[in-house]
Amino acid sequence: MKAENIDPMLTKPLRIQRVQRELPDTFTLEILPSNGGFHFTPGQFNMLYVFGVGEVPISICGDPEKSKSLVHTIRIVGSVTQAMSRLKSGDTIGVRGPFGSSWPLAEAEGKDVVIVAGGIGLPPLRPAIYHILNHREKYGKVVLLYGARNKEEIIFWKELEQWRSRFDMEVHVTVDRGSGNWHGNVGVVTTLVPRATFNSADAIAMMVGPEIMMRFTVLELLKRGITGDRIYMSMERNMKCGVGICGHCQWSHHFICKDGPVFSYEQIKVLLDKHEI
Amino acid sequence: METLERVLAEHPFFKGLEPKYLQLIVGCASNVRFDPEQCIYKEGEPVDQFYLIRQGRVGLEINVPNKGPVVIQTITEGDLLGWSWLMPPYVARFTARAYEITRAIGLDGKCLRTKCEADHELGYEFYRRFADIIIQRLQATRLQLLDVYGS
Repeated sequence: MKAENIDPMLTKPLRIQRVQRELPDTFTLEILPSNGGFHFTPGQFNMLYVFGVGEVPISICGDPEKSKSLVHTIRIVGSVTQAMSRLKSGDTIGVRGPFGSSWPLAEAEGKDVVIVAGGIGLPPLRPAIYHILNHREKYGKVVLLYGARNKEEIIFWKELEQWRSRFDMEVHVTVDRGSGNWHGNVGVVTTLVPRATFNSADAIAMMVGPEIMMRFTVLELLKRGITGDRIYMSMERNMKCGVGICGHCQWSHHFICKDGPVFSYEQIKVLLDKHEI
Repeated sequence: METLERVLAEHPFFKGLEPKYLQLIVGCASNVRFDPEQCIYKEGEPVDQFYLIRQGRVGLEINVPNKGPVVIQTITEGDLLGWSWLMPPYVARFTARAYEITRAIGLDGKCLRTKCEADHELGYEFYRRFADIIIQRLQATRLQLLDVYGS
């Protein structure tokens, strides 16, 4: 896959095409790539730069086969994302990337795929879902398990409904806190794992969410019989350079930006329980 | 024909249980059905039944003053509903309400307690299975308390 920038340290100014509010603290930017479009593989991220404020790593969450639009869904968590939330259609944003490893979509061909997302963890998995649905015949059962804090914080609601209405995809959604107008599942996302139907002998699992959620989800997936080398997770650390030079995102012998963000559980299981890293 | 004994044997809760115990337990079991919005247990009321859900969904609610009922968990196919019958005072701590048509096997707690008292091996088997579910729910509740999706 060809990288957009020849020099990975060079920020390219690109025009924002559309801004969409997803949740009170979450928004989507559709950015117009320069000539030739923007090519990436599902799981990768870009460094987005708000001029004069700062740069942050954000997963790419659009369809990898639609190179004419670069999509990022962003949650406001600090000063840079706060400033980013104030950008409007027509404004310019700096983009470096794409960086990092990808979801094992080729390896998953012919197998059942279990996708587990928690909260804002759904956007980094969306390109993988798009890819699988674009090539649906290449995959076995496709199961999406999604957990959110409450009904109001379910992201991509319409798409979840569309995916659930398909006859070739199983979608389970749960919220941690139920309310009077929610009659769906209530409970943590890990409780959905035993309910999902997949062939654990060769299924591949991909997950994104808060690290603690992923640690507990791994235990459920292992209990269901998916081995650690078939469980993949996207990790998050303070990424800066994007190419494994600066060391900001170093995690033991890994650089999250270069070796990750997607790792197999087998690669990182010894690190997950270590408090001091 | 689908006998109650076979349905019990196929439910995850009784999976692997010796046939002699299943035969004992089936005497305490019955098929039940709940309509949407039907209250199965009411918080504070005596309980002497538990249910193995075969189909449908049940919400566990707790009433919060000035806020109304808050759903803390939903229970679906393959799950077990209710353990207040296990220990005195045999009173429901939560309201359980069917969200959709729910079919289940109802088990008479008093009948089972008597059988467990009479046969401690059955009692051990039974309480071991309940302990497993209680641990799973406790772990899930701890995770829920962490509010992991918060900003």
